[in-house]
Amino acid sequence: MRVVLAEDLFLLRDGLVRLLQAHDFEIAAAVESGPELAAALAELEPDVAVVDVRLPPTHTDEGLQCALDARRKRPGLPVLVLSQHVEQLYARELLADGSGGVGYLLKDRVFDAEQFVDAVRRVAAGGTAMDPQVIQQLLARQAGDGRPLARLTPREREVLELMAQGRTNAAIAGRLVVTERAIAKHTANIFAKLGLEVSDDDNRRVLAVLAYLDHGR
Amino acid sequence: MTIDTKNGNGRTKGRGIGLAAMRGLGVALVSLPGAVLCFTLSLVSMALIPIGIGLVTTPYVLTGVRAFANWRRVLAAEWGGVRIPPAYRPLPRNANPWTRTFGMLRDPATWRDLMWLPVDMTAGFVTALLPAALWLYPLEGFALAVGLWRVFPDGYWYGFVPVTGQVSALGAAALGLVILFFAHFLSPLLLDVHFRLTQAVLGSGQRQLAERVRVLTETRRDAVDSSAAELRRIERDLHDGAQARLVAVGMDLGTIEALLDKDPAKAKELIAQARTSSVEALAELRELVRGIHPPVLAERGLGDAVRALALRLPVATEVNVDLPGRAEAPVESAAYFAVSEVLTNAVKHSGADRIWVDLHHADGHLRATVTDNGKGGAVIGAGSGLAGVERRLGTFDGVLAVSSPAGGPTMVTMEIPCA
Repeated sequence: MRVVLAEDLFLLRDGLVRLLQAHDFEIAAAVESGPELAAALAELEPDVAVVDVRLPPTHTDEGLQCALDARRKRPGLPVLVLSQHVEQLYARELLADGSGGVGYLLKDRVFDAEQFVDAVRRVAAGGTAMDPQVIQQLLARQAGDGRPLARLTPREREVLELMAQGRTNAAIAGRLVVTERAIAKHTANIFAKLGLEVSDDDNRRVLAVLAYLDHGR
Repeated sequence: MTIDTKNGNGRTKGRGIGLAAMRGLGVALVSLPGAVLCFTLSLVSMALIPIGIGLVTTPYVLTGVRAFANWRRVLAAEWGGVRIPPAYRPLPRNANPWTRTFGMLRDPATWRDLMWLPVDMTAGFVTALLPAALWLYPLEGFALAVGLWRVFPDGYWYGFVPVTGQVSALGAAALGLVILFFAHFLSPLLLDVHFRLTQAVLGSGQRQLAERVRVLTETRRDAVDSSAAELRRIERDLHDGAQARLVAVGMDLGTIEALLDKDPAKAKELIAQARTSSVEALAELRELVRGIHPPVLAERGLGDAVRALALRLPVATEVNVDLPGRAEAPVESAAYFAVSEVLTNAVKHSGADRIWVDLHHADGHLRATVTDNGKGGAVIGAGSGLAGVERRLGTFDGVLAVSSPAGGPTMVTMEIPCA
């Protein structure tokens, strides 16, 4: 799997390259600025891009803009955005085109190599990887009294949180140490309570949940 | 003791008339020719600028005018207790005649001087001379009564009294006494009027300037105080938070090194612990950074920073932004934290379930309006968050207005000048 990596801090870039190589990714390019990233994304056609939000020369949200731009030119281009901070505002922009293949994680998540690599693979496969912090912000806003979300059991909330992060039923089952069938039952309940249409497709399902959480009902 | 003081006062006052008259006379005698000379020379010198001579003479003439005005400033301060601080712009040393001339001509203080000269040679002259006149005229009346009337056999008008003989001369003395009585009160007053007139023309704009200086001094102190407090808070947060956690991580790593061979299971446990510590340190640093300068503000500017902030609030918040570009970083930051504080206030105290934020740029001002449908009753007072916002905005000459009738809604408007 070919990766384009954009990160301006040498230590982090170097660490990410080694981490990804150790997990059998091929680094097509490891760049340190916005223009280089734009060029690499246009020419190298990677399977997935791992991009830092803030890049030179402007040190604003250059990386994010490059990623969004590249996805406009090549819809569905898998992009995993890393940042020192996560904002619902940015998550919303990344998810706006509804085509999936999007990840948005705190840089800290790299500490857990397994989970991080899993997230890169998921995004590359067209799935979603949303940072738990983003999901918690979304849940906190939608969990007011009288909202449908308040009718979920604590367990269902837990499942919803993991689902919104982009995990499959199998992964959620593994995480909560229950059977996949139990999770399937929970998800069916959640979808019924929130009035969402059930979908067999994992990615569609995640996007529906995220859209629901972002805009509420 | 009391009597002494009274005597002293009486004597001072008695001397006061004479003194005022003498001073007034002195000022009048010097100021009239002085002002006329200065004014004439200035006009001639400036008229000669086109042919070059004026370029050389004008700085000297204007320096003379300044010296003359400064002498009057000193008199006003010493005799009248009226302070007229000079406000001339400094001229560069070794400047060539051209820069000197036009530097001085561009200074509004120069034009104030030149406007003052005609005033000084007319109204200024009269107000300075009157105290002396009021003091000397009665003396003439007394002199007439004593015998001076004989010098004018054809009669002589003293004020409205026709002096034709001893009796009418005594009448003139009586009138002189009356004038002297009024002069007693009027002379110091007239001299005071003279100095105040000088202040009004020569020192125009000074009061506004003084007020501005007072406000700037105050807001600067607030800014220095609050930034010092902020630095102390950051230092404490780093010291007790991230710094301490990194020390813990370092210690854990040392222990892990020692345990790696002896007790791998224990070492693994410690690795997990070190990782947790580092994640926590990062979380704390993130919060700290958010408090210093929110990342979205740096990356996207005020509009999106407020949008991102609104998304974090537990109350549904609608944000409308109409900003043409990005303001200067300090202005953006001040506006952001002001809006943030007002929003926090609204969420905490208003009980509102909807908030509207409007950001736009109009007439050289950045205007932010935060409206909530809560219970109202918000005031800018000691201890309220709004007082802090007002101080924060004050540094940028910004203002805060609160409309919050009991029962709501509350509308807080903030305005910061920005190009």
